[in-house]
Amino acid sequence: MKTFTVMLAAAAGLALTAGTAAAQEKLKIGMMVTLSGPSAVLGQHQRDGFNLALKQRGGKLGGVDAEVVLVDDELKPDVAVQKVQGLIERDKVDIVTGVTFSNVMMAIAKPVFDSRTFLVSSNAGPSPLAGRACSPFFYASSWQNDQNHETMGKYAQDKGFKRVVVMVPNYQAGKDAAAGFKRFFKGEIADEIFTQLGQLDFSAELAKIAAAKPDAVFSFMPGGMGVNLVKQYTQAGLSGRIPFLSAFTIDETTLPATQDAAVGLLGGAQWAPGSTLPASRAFVEAFEKEYGYVPALYAQQAYDSALLIDAAVKAAGGKFKDKEAMQKGFRNAQFESVRGPFKMNTNGFPVQDFYVVKVVKRADGKFQTEPVEKVFTAHEDVYAKDCPLK
Amino acid sequence: MSLTLFAVQTLNGLQFGLMLFLVAAGLTLVFGVMDFINLAHGVQYMLGAYLTAVLAKVTGGFFTALLLAMPLTLLLGLVLERLVFRPLYARGHLDQVLATFGVILIVNEAVKLAFGAAPISVPVPEILSGSVRLMDGLLFPVYRLAIIGAGLGTALLLWLVIDGTRFGMLVRAGATNAPMVSALGVDVRRLFTAVTAFGAMLAGFAGAMVTPILSVEPGMGDGVLILAFVVIVVGGVGSIRGAFIAALIVGLVDTLGRSFATDLLKLVMSASTANHVGPALSSMAIYLLMAGVLAFRPAGLFPSRSAG
Amino acid sequence: MTRTRRDLLVLGLMLGLLAALPFLGLPNWVLTYTARIMAFAICAVALDLVLGYGGMVSLGHAAFLGIGSYAAGILLAENVNDFFIGLVAGAGAAGLYALVTGAVAVRTKGVAFIMITLAFGQMAFFVANALSEYGGSDGLTLWSRAEIGGTRALARDTNLYFVILFFLALSILIVRLVTASPFGIALRAARSNPERVTALGYDVERVRLWAYVLAAVLCGVAGVLIANLSSFVSPALMAWQRSGEFIIMVILGGAGTVWGALAGAFAVLILEEALSLATPHWKILFGLFLILAVLFTRGGIAGLFDRSAK
Repeated sequence: MKTFTVMLAAAAGLALTAGTAAAQEKLKIGMMVTLSGPSAVLGQHQRDGFNLALKQRGGKLGGVDAEVVLVDDELKPDVAVQKVQGLIERDKVDIVTGVTFSNVMMAIAKPVFDSRTFLVSSNAGPSPLAGRACSPFFYASSWQNDQNHETMGKYAQDKGFKRVVVMVPNYQAGKDAAAGFKRFFKGEIADEIFTQLGQLDFSAELAKIAAAKPDAVFSFMPGGMGVNLVKQYTQAGLSGRIPFLSAFTIDETTLPATQDAAVGLLGGAQWAPGSTLPASRAFVEAFEKEYGYVPALYAQQAYDSALLIDAAVKAAGGKFKDKEAMQKGFRNAQFESVRGPFKMNTNGFPVQDFYVVKVVKRADGKFQTEPVEKVFTAHEDVYAKDCPLK
Repeated sequence: MSLTLFAVQTLNGLQFGLMLFLVAAGLTLVFGVMDFINLAHGVQYMLGAYLTAVLAKVTGGFFTALLLAMPLTLLLGLVLERLVFRPLYARGHLDQVLATFGVILIVNEAVKLAFGAAPISVPVPEILSGSVRLMDGLLFPVYRLAIIGAGLGTALLLWLVIDGTRFGMLVRAGATNAPMVSALGVDVRRLFTAVTAFGAMLAGFAGAMVTPILSVEPGMGDGVLILAFVVIVVGGVGSIRGAFIAALIVGLVDTLGRSFATDLLKLVMSASTANHVGPALSSMAIYLLMAGVLAFRPAGLFPSRSAG
Repeated sequence: MTRTRRDLLVLGLMLGLLAALPFLGLPNWVLTYTARIMAFAICAVALDLVLGYGGMVSLGHAAFLGIGSYAAGILLAENVNDFFIGLVAGAGAAGLYALVTGAVAVRTKGVAFIMITLAFGQMAFFVANALSEYGGSDGLTLWSRAEIGGTRALARDTNLYFVILFFLALSILIVRLVTASPFGIALRAARSNPERVTALGYDVERVRLWAYVLAAVLCGVAGVLIANLSSFVSPALMAWQRSGEFIIMVILGGAGTVWGALAGAFAVLILEEALSLATPHWKILFGLFLILAVLFTRGGIAGLFDRSAK
């Protein structure tokens, strides 16, 4: 009988937690990020970036006491759906923020919108949500997924590269990356290589690249895949011979591992910790002091997402339950973003500048990226025109 | 596709295959001798990698780290055998799967707690940091030649041990008929402990060897574990020779599939369709291979168990 | 009390509790959460037929769940909104895939069967990944649930809850009837004594194949239900780790008892949720739990029951 009793007790426990979530006048924020598996480090940057902003404001956003409920989506979309329902119905959150990956974002979007809860992305920006399926409850402090890749496409075009090999993992974000790159690069795609998601060894692909002799390589290899690719690219003697263009491949989440092998490689981003803007300098300094590591763009986006919520709540006069006032607040949010000036588009995505960034070794021996060239000014995503919101 | 490129890709495939062999060898030994499904083999590989990475940082030398990591992985294998595996030898496969899966969860999370979620890496040892020019514009790192050497060396060593020593004879006998060995008065429990610890060390060695080319991160053993299982099932459970040949076949099929599937499909269909089908097909290649082999030879290429 | 009667009693009690749940005034999330567990339980009960009774450890069972959900999802995306069409398509597609792959798989035994079912599961996974028109790896959001007789009855969570509960009860009934039939006896005998099965006039491989197909059909139904419940389908639903989770449910609950699989599904999913609420490092605790459960219990939850009843 014992086990059965235990199960009953567990069920009762679940029911009990449901009852205790009494509504207090606190701004409740559910933060859902990926903290399991190989991509956990991205979620960690998001979490720490958001918490830094909250801490600097004495635990208040828009002058209101804020409480954060942190959940790990485990990078499983159906687990994420269940957890987001818990956040909305059990914890009664006013805002869901974070979200590391697009598949998780697509899974939770509907339940969040249906409950008229705000969804503030600090990373994933899948194209459906920017276009046809846009929502007045969705705002991103990051970008639309294609944009960083478009940046590299435009850069390759501007530099006059004629033949480029595109190499991305064989999943949706990879295909979007290739599409984004090709939208602005008009030269010849010498080869398009789709690798397996989670692939570790790229020697076969590197041989193909060497055989194709392109002017440049464009790649999107997030996380550990990127670490392996960068190391192997250097070991195969290709770096220095064939320019390596990328997005979300070499950043501060992977630089501690790639170290010198990545120095000089290029990426596309809206921000890099080497930025000389005063707001950015202050952020990087405070972040490193608090957490002891160099923030990547994921941390900046999450920091900005807290600032965005702060501004929206302030604009709504602290009435964060007033959905219309909050929508207006998000739409017209004014704050000093770490990335520099930007404005919110009708689809809830930022219109912002994009840069080519380069890996450098700092005086203290740590590695970071820094902007070297502005590629887009006030760049708008291509899906915004399909969004019916005005 | 030029002949040179084909040759280069074949070399890459062999290197990948030998890397798989390093992982699969320990797994097939443990499986073959004890009829024990050890899912924790993957985390033992990961522990070998982490120990090497940490020790390399502390001692400053890759080889020192490698030498120190080996007895440590052996020790961890002994601890695990004592605590978890031993009571499970007499149980069914399902109980073994469940318990060793529990070990995976614990070790993966513990490693993340201890070393963080971010990947870490190990520099290539100075003496092996050179490279060989294979074709125009492409270098083959000497370190990868070292992996080929390590794979071949391990295969040779295992062959010598298993074919030429008393320990090897018992292992072979155990793989064929364990109750018989026990009936002959051999302390089976000590044999099992030895084989498990040795298997753990082999996994750790494989993990240590790949650190200079692959990043070290939590969960790195999970994907490798599946590949290793493919190898030992294709090769025939318990057979080192089978694992060796199957590892090479899997390595070649995977690498050549990745290299040429899309290009070959482009000959018969439009480029965009080929870009769609090719990668999906090459991801499946090793699974197709395994299903094909098992459909015709359910016990693998080199079945070692006498009774089917 | 005989074992069978006690089993039936426990089963009736569990289903009765589930039927009463919506009337207890619990918040909605408890309901949708329970519905999700019930849908997974359908697949676990189906797997019990294959694994518990047939002795075939399938590590590709999540593929059938995924195929069912994709069939339902694709139809909805193409504006075929009828629930029953989705149901038939989901069950049919899963059954068909099981028939084709099972014909090869049932020829193997032991670990080879585990790996070959894994292989077929992975193939389905990679195909779903490549379905760019339907979201590829990002998955497909279903902006509305299926309709029953032209009405949006399923849009209400409570209604969907009862539909899922109905199919759970139906699956349990089917599996129990099948296992008690001569076919079921042949299936059970096939794992330990294939010669006897042949002597009884059955073709061992055919018996295993039909059990495998039936289990897949039930899992396909579960997939259709999950797709409607979460309004989302994605390849992640058929990752091999999910198949592993089903095996854990069945073994933990007690293989070969039907209600054990149901209890196992609830135990695993509630434990995961409760532990993950308690600590971000819950996997250590869960792993520890698995090891201890294996080392100190035999026959899972159902087995514990057996002993405490003595």
